[in-house]
Amino acid sequence: MKIKQLLSTLALSVSCAICASAIAADTIKVGVLHSLSGTMAISETTLKDTVLMMVEEQNNKGGLLGKQLEAVVVDPASNWPLFAEKTRELLTQEKVDVIFGSWTSVSRKSVLPVIEELNGLMFYPVQYEGEESSKNIFYTGAAPNQQAIPAVDYLMNDLEVTRWVLAGTDYVYPRTTNKILVAYLKSKGVSDADIMINYTPFGHSDWQSIVSDIKKFGSEGKKTAVVSTINGDANVPFYKELGNQGISAQDIPVVAFSVGEEELSGIDTNPLVGHLAAWNYFQSVESDENSAFIAKWKAFIGDDKRVTNDPMEATYIGFNMWAQAVTAAGTTAVDAVEQAMLGQTTANLTGGIATMNNNHHLSKPVLIGEIQDDGQFEVVWSTDSVVAGDAWSDFLPGSKDLIADWSSKTQCGNYNTVTKLCSGQK
Amino acid sequence: MKHFFVICCAVLGLFACELQAQQQTTLASDTAEQLQQLTNNKLKQSMQLLQSIASREGTNMLPLYQALLKGQLYYIKHSTQMISVRKSGSEKHYSELFSGAAIAALPANEIKKVRVNNKIRGFLRQHISKLKLSAKDPQARLAALQSLLGSLTPETISNIAQLRLSENNLQVQQLMDLALTIDRAINASLAIEQVSAIKLLQESLEPQVRNTLTSLNSTKTHPSVQKAAQQALLKIEQSIEFYGYLEQLFFGLSLGSVLLLAAIGLAITFGMMGVINMAHGEMIMIGAYTTYVVQLLMPNLLEYSLWVAIPLAFIVSGSVGILIERCVIRFLHGRPLETLLATFGISLILQQLVRSIFSPLNRQVASPQWMSGSWEINPVFSLTLNRLYILAFALLVFFALLFILKKTSLGLNVRAVSQNRDMAKAMGIRTGWVDAMTFGLGSGIAGIAGVALSQLTNVGPNLGQAYIIDSFMVVVFGGVGNLFGTLVAAFSLGIANKLLEPSTGAVLASIFVLVFIILFIQKRPKGLFPQKGRATE
Repeated sequence: MKIKQLLSTLALSVSCAICASAIAADTIKVGVLHSLSGTMAISETTLKDTVLMMVEEQNNKGGLLGKQLEAVVVDPASNWPLFAEKTRELLTQEKVDVIFGSWTSVSRKSVLPVIEELNGLMFYPVQYEGEESSKNIFYTGAAPNQQAIPAVDYLMNDLEVTRWVLAGTDYVYPRTTNKILVAYLKSKGVSDADIMINYTPFGHSDWQSIVSDIKKFGSEGKKTAVVSTINGDANVPFYKELGNQGISAQDIPVVAFSVGEEELSGIDTNPLVGHLAAWNYFQSVESDENSAFIAKWKAFIGDDKRVTNDPMEATYIGFNMWAQAVTAAGTTAVDAVEQAMLGQTTANLTGGIATMNNNHHLSKPVLIGEIQDDGQFEVVWSTDSVVAGDAWSDFLPGSKDLIADWSSKTQCGNYNTVTKLCSGQK
Repeated sequence: MKHFFVICCAVLGLFACELQAQQQTTLASDTAEQLQQLTNNKLKQSMQLLQSIASREGTNMLPLYQALLKGQLYYIKHSTQMISVRKSGSEKHYSELFSGAAIAALPANEIKKVRVNNKIRGFLRQHISKLKLSAKDPQARLAALQSLLGSLTPETISNIAQLRLSENNLQVQQLMDLALTIDRAINASLAIEQVSAIKLLQESLEPQVRNTLTSLNSTKTHPSVQKAAQQALLKIEQSIEFYGYLEQLFFGLSLGSVLLLAAIGLAITFGMMGVINMAHGEMIMIGAYTTYVVQLLMPNLLEYSLWVAIPLAFIVSGSVGILIERCVIRFLHGRPLETLLATFGISLILQQLVRSIFSPLNRQVASPQWMSGSWEINPVFSLTLNRLYILAFALLVFFALLFILKKTSLGLNVRAVSQNRDMAKAMGIRTGWVDAMTFGLGSGIAGIAGVALSQLTNVGPNLGQAYIIDSFMVVVFGGVGNLFGTLVAAFSLGIANKLLEPSTGAVLASIFVLVFIILFIQKRPKGLFPQKGRATE
């Protein structure tokens, strides 16, 4: 059966190559650039399936501009340079109209020059460190001011935290986020002595000394919290060690930016109960859109136990907005769609409306949830209204004067409001 | 009697309702109403409701607080009756909240959990501690006191002072005295009294004592009080530093034991047999997955699962090892480069096999109860139990292996073959059989290491890769073919790593260790304890 399928795909692709122009006119091609093998496969495979589900749904609704959508799936295999090559392949050989893809910041940075050179269009669905805005990329995940800063505010105001441990994996996202957080905390009057920063390698498993340090740091009478940008499966032994050394979420809460439903689905959540996570979406949020989305996802994937998470919602919003923008522009041409995207709105899964701003970032609500023993989150705090994503952080000296505005006013991804100049990308 | 009750409840729902009504009438009507309101599940309201209930009611509400704290409090949707649902393994036990009597199982859509957050958990913990100060079990009293030390109010102090008169457990007495001394150090009217209290405090390592002293030291008080606080702080900090070193040493030993476990199998296959076995990590992985499967097969006997998993992992990994040796490695004898490539290929095949069978996601291996938690020696020095057991286990495995190699005929044969294959063959030793057994032994021990590692780290297809480099490092550093070298190397690398970590961070610490080993190997290519004799030339 498998071989037959393979043969038919092969035959199809051969015939496609022959009559490329004829077919290309008939369908709109949607590129899917998510790793299906290697270390990131765990997270990214889910997003590939989400895009496929959205494409199928759109086709059932009659496609776009009277044409059917066709998903083109490639596998960059968690290999950062391969992301650039695959992007080139998607844009020059497959001639896709849009790409949904990437997870880690380093893979996005690898795609960036190619997609700008070939003037493609990409939707990036994962929370990231900001400090970027490209004409060719729409960022539907959270910028630091939509995740990290509100989480710190929550800890500071509601839990009265005064000492901070910033623990992260050693790469660009945690380092930039922590830089922003340190600047933010200092602006709130937190002294250097009350901030502890720690970086560990990917997949770190021996957390004894670090947790012991955190325990000492937190036992000096001031309420302490850990802001964790620890990524991937290193989180499991970290939380386990916290439990073993007798640190509960009431003593020292940990708020994580990379731990969601998907990451919790494979582990024993009992030692984690009460720890926090900040996202723009939780599966447990009750709304009609969300229950419909969850039901659709479970039916599509054929597994009742599968969970949904924040990057999936970001993919969902991005896809819907793109479909609306294509309809509004009446074409899939990148420049027209890019302009039509600005100001697009679509319903969030958590209720309310997401808006695409002129800086290619979304306005979304921010939620903080406590981990429950069933691996779901219980929302304990949320922003009153939506928060607009800020491409350039207001708390870093190098970027506080910069804004991104792709509307006809400046057409610039890093416009300096002081010198009134566009420094770089145009 | 209990059974009768269960049947009654199951058959006659009405009867249960009636009982519930009776139960409620024994409560003050306000409390009953507020309990009802708790089911509204508005977190902000819940806090106020609980505070109000707590101010009115006493220990009779303990079941409510405890069930809520543990997330076991549910209510039946149509009657808003509170019940507690306790999970053990895959089974759920339903019981009435206050009486604790078991009730029949209810379908999931008829009951709803009462929500709780950190703030409420914190409040509940404090309040339960207050209520438990006069509990019957001395351990419960001790725990209650411990958690109250951080927030001593005049009310709790007078409570403690009263209870102290009738207290007969020595440990509880000491802790009560400590609480009273802390209170005196802060609130005594005379400076002399304060100073004498502070003098008493300097023997204690409780973090609350240190906080009290720090705040006394920094606030404007009588100079003699300030001076006494400063001296006491200095003394406390000295002993904390001392225990800090002890702790680091333990962390180092613990990391060393993990390295030892990972490397000891390789010390046989690579050290004794000279096979560069790149699939060694995958033998560890297979052991860890065996633990997972064992737990899957016996979900209700979690506490014993490891005892089953250890021999089973040895057998499974050992058999895979023998299979690899018989099918691949023996044909590549004396060709190290080809062996390296072949075993690397095998490692990839095994990884993919595991991905296909168990999915690429990490699998969850639970820790039995007796392996979680820590052994508290004093408030600033505690040893986590899982690390402690694994340290002991690593040494046990090491000496068992040493015994096998030195005292059994298999061990004699192994050593003979590794020293001089041709001579051993001439003596009538079946070298092929010995090779297979040796490789099986090394792989089996790697499997056992997998069982231990499944308690510390993630069980996934990449588990082995994370340890293969470390394992080679330990064996090469210790001296190829020398078991004691492996032991010394593992522990010294572990301790060096942990001593460096506080000052350099985890990333740099491992880099430094690696650089050190490279330089060391330049100087002494045969490691710490090189094998001597003609056979090694």
